Amino acid sequence: MSVATATTEIPGKQVTYLNHEKSIKSWLLTLDHKRIGLLYMSTIVVVFLAAGILALLVRIELMSPGRTIVDAQTYNQFFSLHGILMVFLFIVPSVPAILGNFIMPIQLGAIDVAFPRLNLASYYIYMVGGVLVVAAMLLGQIDTGWTFYTPYSSRLGAPIIFMTLAIFIAGFSSILTGINFIVTIHKMRAPGLTWNRLPLFVWSIYATSIVQVLATPVIGITMLLLLLEKTLGIGIFDPALGGDPILFQHFFWFYSHPAVYIMILPAFGIISDLMGTFSRHEVMGYKFVALSSVAIAFLGFLVWGHHMFVSGQSAVSSIVFSLITYLIGIPTGVKVINWVGTMYKGSVSLKTPMLYALSFLFLFSIGGFTGVMLGVLGVDIHLHDTYFVVAHFHYVMMGGTVVALIGGLHYWWPKITGKMYNETAGRIACALIFIGFNVTFFTQFVLGTKGMPRRYYDYQPQYADLHALSTYGSWILAAGLFLVLFTFIHSLMRGAAAPSNPWGGASLEWTHTSSPPSPHNFDEQPIVTHGPYDYHHYYHGDGQSAEAELAPPSKA
Amino acid sequence: MGDKGTFWMPQSASTVSGEVDALFYLTFWISTVIFLMVVGAMAYFVIRYRRRSESEVPVDEHDSRLFEYSTIGLSIVLVLIVFTWGFKVYLKLNVAPPGAYEVQVTASQWKWDYTYPDGTVYAGDLHVPANRPVRLVMNSMDVLHSFFVPQFRIKQDVVPNRYTSVWFEASVTDTFDVFCTEYCGNQHSGMLGKVIAHPQEEFDLWLSEAGGGDLSPEEYGERLFGQNNCNTCHSIDGTRIVGPSMQGLFGSQRQFASGESAVADENYLLNSIVAPAAQVVEGYPPAMPPSYGSLPQDQLNALVAYIKSVQ
Ligand code: HEC
Ligand SMILES: [Cu+2]
Ligand SMILES: [Cu+2]
Repeated sequence: MSVATATTEIPGKQVTYLNHEKSIKSWLLTLDHKRIGLLYMSTIVVVFLAAGILALLVRIELMSPGRTIVDAQTYNQFFSLHGILMVFLFIVPSVPAILGNFIMPIQLGAIDVAFPRLNLASYYIYMVGGVLVVAAMLLGQIDTGWTFYTPYSSRLGAPIIFMTLAIFIAGFSSILTGINFIVTIHKMRAPGLTWNRLPLFVWSIYATSIVQVLATPVIGITMLLLLLEKTLGIGIFDPALGGDPILFQHFFWFYSHPAVYIMILPAFGIISDLMGTFSRHEVMGYKFVALSSVAIAFLGFLVWGHHMFVSGQSAVSSIVFSLITYLIGIPTGVKVINWVGTMYKGSVSLKTPMLYALSFLFLFSIGGFTGVMLGVLGVDIHLHDTYFVVAHFHYVMMGGTVVALIGGLHYWWPKITGKMYNETAGRIACALIFIGFNVTFFTQFVLGTKGMPRRYYDYQPQYADLHALSTYGSWILAAGLFLVLFTFIHSLMRGAAAPSNPWGGASLEWTHTSSPPSPHNFDEQPIVTHGPYDYHHYYHGDGQSAEAELAPPSKA
Repeated sequence: MGDKGTFWMPQSASTVSGEVDALFYLTFWISTVIFLMVVGAMAYFVIRYRRRSESEVPVDEHDSRLFEYSTIGLSIVLVLIVFTWGFKVYLKLNVAPPGAYEVQVTASQWKWDYTYPDGTVYAGDLHVPANRPVRLVMNSMDVLHSFFVPQFRIKQDVVPNRYTSVWFEASVTDTFDVFCTEYCGNQHSGMLGKVIAHPQEEFDLWLSEAGGGDLSPEEYGERLFGQNNCNTCHSIDGTRIVGPSMQGLFGSQRQFASGESAVADENYLLNSIVAPAAQVVEGYPPAMPPSYGSLPQDQLNALVAYIKSVQ
């Protein structure tokens, strides 16, 4: 079954992107999209660990009312740092920077992204932004939450400007990656790889890149305005200078709502690929799933006001924003139905990545439905800024994106590392994450409807039981996540060698490259003759075995 | 009064809360039914179409367009129903009936002040007549805050330099929680209060005595100490919270961060309340908000009298 191994064999050892050059410099200054993907992966894992530990500390503090381990000031900084790290340095870059970088060019049949140097530059810009963010946090004792609402934030003065500047810089990394990916997808597709044959993961990265390029500048403008206000005393956001604090919220959410789609769209792509491969069945409604990502990307710019129903914005705007929010919900819902429908008359295999995909469908649906509930004007008034919102976005961001990311990492792990992981450990970890996640966050829905406000250091005794339960859940969740880490490390050290196509995938990274791929991905230019989920072609193409694919086909 | 609410919602105690709950449960049940259908289909497919042999490759079915379009159509209809209903409830929540009783709310880090039509300023808790629409006209002295009463299902941000308003009509006489739900700094979670809904006559009586009535200055001061949330930072039993304890403060020698020192007499106590940043006690952060400077003189006097009495 393996395709490319035969050609790249040198006695005893295969030349791969991992071993063809070994110096530290060859890693740090690499232009290879695969190695850059791994650089991102190592950094992003560290960020996730740090922000995750902060989350555990926040939960421990909330285990009982009053002081548990830290004082109010420290707690406020903990949850702020948790949010800022998770949003700006973890989840926004996560899927595009790791898997987008590594997998997307291979799925296109390209040897690299369009601008490899720019790609490396993006990584270092991200690093600079990241270091500045952490410096701003530690020096400035920022306790504004990740939303930086004025005028509270503008009173902090210098640290907040430093912080927005840092986020602006990190944002540039996002913009450059976006441009790079858009050009790559337009220009570097293999012969025969029409838009209708693009894997859905590529489609979703494409939609994400559009949002990255269009939305990220807005956070830069916001930063600039804050800076002008602080240095020149022009009143923009600070009412003490005649500014309008609500204007800041408009700016902030004009970026941050689309940013929500930067965070979730790539996850949609992963899930599409997983559902296809592990059902061995064409993804239902391919065109719809592909184009709805792009539609969501554009519509996502028109709903920012749903974060501001009680801010004092006009009732008319609230009503319009509410309506558009619903309309976005519909394509999203239909996608979920399509993913479930993909299994219909398929051949469903419950390997670890598929378990994550099914967990995603479960958790993300809850996140989606509660999102629609929050969009209902009369109900949102009660639920706004309570734990219901906290639970909702964790279901979408963690139950959605993070679960999809971990599923995707398991799926492409053999390709990336050339090693298999322990299937049993993988499944147990997935179960722990699923259970722990629900215990942690489902309880928070109830806390929220009962009126528990978010960002509270201390709380009334009637919320104590649910808070304690949520904290216990977070430990199960953490155990699951550490087991994932352990499984991967174990695989690196002890894992069996992976075949080039362990799951029977039908897109190019499985059919036309070895595991791990050679430095230039392909030994010769692949030519695409069928869709990404055409498992028939893969297994029975031209009535022969899959090897027939390598040679330019006589006829499709 | 015995109403403890449903599984999801807290006690329902205003004229609109029932409608909000009905809307909540409508969306909740629609969502739950669809969700169970999705998960059910998922479970069924996983079992029914599980892979039986490694080499099996099922025949691709072509998608049913009809199915796709009918789900889209159905969801649009559902969504429009829920939207319209939500919109109606929202209008109700937004527009106060004419002739509502108006109370001015001033939010500041980290307390609520209420000014009644007769000029009475009362801090901490909001007393209102039940079964009568009450409209709150709100304004912040410093940063954003948000006024939230879960049992009434109302919430509104409070913004500096701009009035926002919210209204409610308490349908039962009882005591309810007020939370600040917009992050406003260190003591955000201590920015609490109560709404106390009285029968009309009881309310009138309360209002006539709200200015301290015939309480002694110490008793009035003790009440104000709680109402103004001084007790979230200062204990009266010697324990350290955010600021120093009030126990035995009067007459003691104070050491300041600037290196100076002074004896805590009446003037010192007064100055510490109205201008806390002027003399910061050594070993403590300058965390006391400056907003107490605007308290009426009689209330300041009562607070000083009370602190003197805490021995
Ligand atoms: C957010 C917390 C906070 C609140 C609320 C607060 N204080 Fe303070 N207070 C402090 C801190 C911290 C200090 C010590 C630093 C300083 O002197 O400014 C202090 C100092 C004082 C002192 C001087 C104490 C000494 O040991 O010399 C007095 C008197 C005082 N506060 C009274 C009050 C009163 C009365 C109220 C309510 C009307 C109040 N405080 C509300 C934090 C607070
Ligand atoms: Cu949004
Ligand atoms: Cu607050």
